[in-house]
Amino acid sequence: MEHQDKKPETIAEIRDLVTGFGDKIVLDGLSLDIRRSETLGIVGGSGSGKSTLLRTIIGLLPKKSGTIRLFGQDIDELGDAGRRSIERRWGVMFQRGALFSSLTVMQNLQFQMREVLDVSQRLMDEMAIARLQMVGLSGDDAYKMPSELSGGMIKRAALARALALDPELVFLDEPTSGLDPISAGEFDQLIGTLQRTLGVSVVMVTHDLQSLYAITDRVAVISGGKVVADGPVETMSQSDDPWVQSYFFGTRGSAFADEPRRTKRME
Amino acid sequence: MNVSEYLVLSEAEGGLELHAAGGWTSGNAGALEKKIDQVLAQASAKGRKVQIDLSGVVEFDTFGAWLLQRLRRDLAATGADVELSGLAERNQPLLAEMEEVDPQGVAKPRRRDTMDVIAEGLTGIAHDIWSFVTLFGAFIAGLLRLIARPRDFRFTSTVFQFDRVGFQALPIVILVTFIIGAILAQQGFFHFRNFGADLYVINMVGFLVMRELGVLLVAIMVAGRSGSSYTAELGSMKMQEEIDALRTMGFDPIEILIVPRVLVLILVLPVLTFIGSMSALLGAGIVAVFYADLSPQLFISQLNEAITVTHFEVGMIKAPFIGAVIGVIACAEGLRVRGSATSLGTHTTRAVVKSIFMVIVFDGLFAMFFTAIGM
Ligand SMILES: Nc1ncnc2c1ncn2[C@@H]1O[C@H](COP(=O)(O)OP(=O)(O)OP(=O)(O)O)[C@@H](O)[C@H]1O
Ligand SMILES: [Mg+2]
Repeated sequence: MEHQDKKPETIAEIRDLVTGFGDKIVLDGLSLDIRRSETLGIVGGSGSGKSTLLRTIIGLLPKKSGTIRLFGQDIDELGDAGRRSIERRWGVMFQRGALFSSLTVMQNLQFQMREVLDVSQRLMDEMAIARLQMVGLSGDDAYKMPSELSGGMIKRAALARALALDPELVFLDEPTSGLDPISAGEFDQLIGTLQRTLGVSVVMVTHDLQSLYAITDRVAVISGGKVVADGPVETMSQSDDPWVQSYFFGTRGSAFADEPRRTKRME
Repeated sequence: MNVSEYLVLSEAEGGLELHAAGGWTSGNAGALEKKIDQVLAQASAKGRKVQIDLSGVVEFDTFGAWLLQRLRRDLAATGADVELSGLAERNQPLLAEMEEVDPQGVAKPRRRDTMDVIAEGLTGIAHDIWSFVTLFGAFIAGLLRLIARPRDFRFTSTVFQFDRVGFQALPIVILVTFIIGAILAQQGFFHFRNFGADLYVINMVGFLVMRELGVLLVAIMVAGRSGSSYTAELGSMKMQEEIDALRTMGFDPIEILIVPRVLVLILVLPVLTFIGSMSALLGAGIVAVFYADLSPQLFISQLNEAITVTHFEVGMIKAPFIGAVIGVIACAEGLRVRGSATSLGTHTTRAVVKSIFMVIVFDGLFAMFFTAIGM
């Protein structure tokens, strides 16, 4: 896209965000920036509030305080029309896919196109098939129902749906969880390729260290309701937060930390 | 920027020139598509050289890339020699990605024609009957197995179902039968009074309720209330692969899920029928006393004369069978749910419609049977 060549520009700005359920505070004064055309990894222990953060940004959960600015606009100041126009600029891939179970894969991909764009059925069909082929599904899968897909295929179809309107920003909640290492690796490559070709900003929650090393430009670690470390994955060693240390340099993490980056994009 | 400037056609020496400009993006895709068709119709590109200049394109996304790719293919198909130029470096990979896309290669599934629909309808009916019969057989077999090994009987689950479909259904059953009994009596008194046949209204209400209405009303309410929830529960368990999980752990889903549910309905329906019938008679009695000004003693003695134990038996004998019909249909539909949320909805609706229909069919069969044996 057009902005790709410019200096990193902030497309989302989260300041002092507080979110919780009832009395329980999950995010406690969290601040984070998302820059254009970067891949941001969000990590944190189970229950640390990663999904809660995504859901709050997307607007599925109310925040208690703090500000969220998306594409330069404060979401509290947006009317209904403003919100809708912002919602078209992002795509979301939920952890379990959340494909509409009563529609075919094709109809799932066309759902938003049909509502938002004024294009012919022929173009929608072709676009849906193009998307499927981009995410590594075959065009013949287009007429399957979600219940006829394997776990990995559901993730791919969900990613294709998240990309349906060429969003500027996509949120992925654990895109590689539940995939075998080979599929997970392929999925990383896929996200990397799509990110490069489409120039989108990718925000992904992941527990997968390999993904972090393979495709992220930057990692934000959430612990205790705040971002405790923020920077390229190589810089994590400089953090003195004990959780960060044991995550990246514990028994499982150190296997990756010592090796040079393998699949990092080659520009 | 005006739509007409997205793609401009001009003649050049040795061929045609197309100048693309503006935003080739999803938002403009509709307009772009029309413009491209228009240009294609104008241009007689056959066998000529076509130069597409993209230096004016400021925004470019997958929609634009695909439309460009399609334009290129359409031109090439007419025999033109197409050449692209001026596409910004950063947009090259996207266009390259689109070169591999082949929507033609994907076969659309065949549309269903009338014969398919008829064939599906017929096999559907056959399948319905078959699944009802097999599940009924499986239920009996499961029940016999459990009688042989009573320790495996799911006692907690059965008690839980009792509470849900029996005890919790009481208020609504009592209320509805009471009101229907009262309405029946009121209509009877209102119309029969003209013939001086007040007292016979009590006879009519008495044996109608005991023989037919009590059990039918209760059956319809239970089908709507508990049958539908059986289907929805089993259906969503099926969707989440919970039933497969049970099977892999070495349990028999029929014994664990179906037997307690159907058994409970078989036992509960007579009880609800009895309570419902009493409540309908109470409703009729209250109308008799307060609307028709009969004395309670008269109502009771007339009722005593009108209904015999046979009437009561006719109603009660039907109840367990009807309970089994509702339970088996609801469970059979639940097990037939596939994948989608729509399928769950469809089968739940079907369970209710079918079981109410079958209840009425069975009731008719019983009526013929009882008449034949003179009950
Ligand atoms: N709907 C809810 N109601 C109440 N509490 C909730 C709800 N959803 C999440 N929580 C709580 O909020 C906290 C953060 O949950 P969240 O789902 O954001 O964790 P997470 O970081 O995504 O974890 P994981 O890595 O396991 O997915 C948890 O303690 C959880 O119990
Ligand atoms: Mg989560």
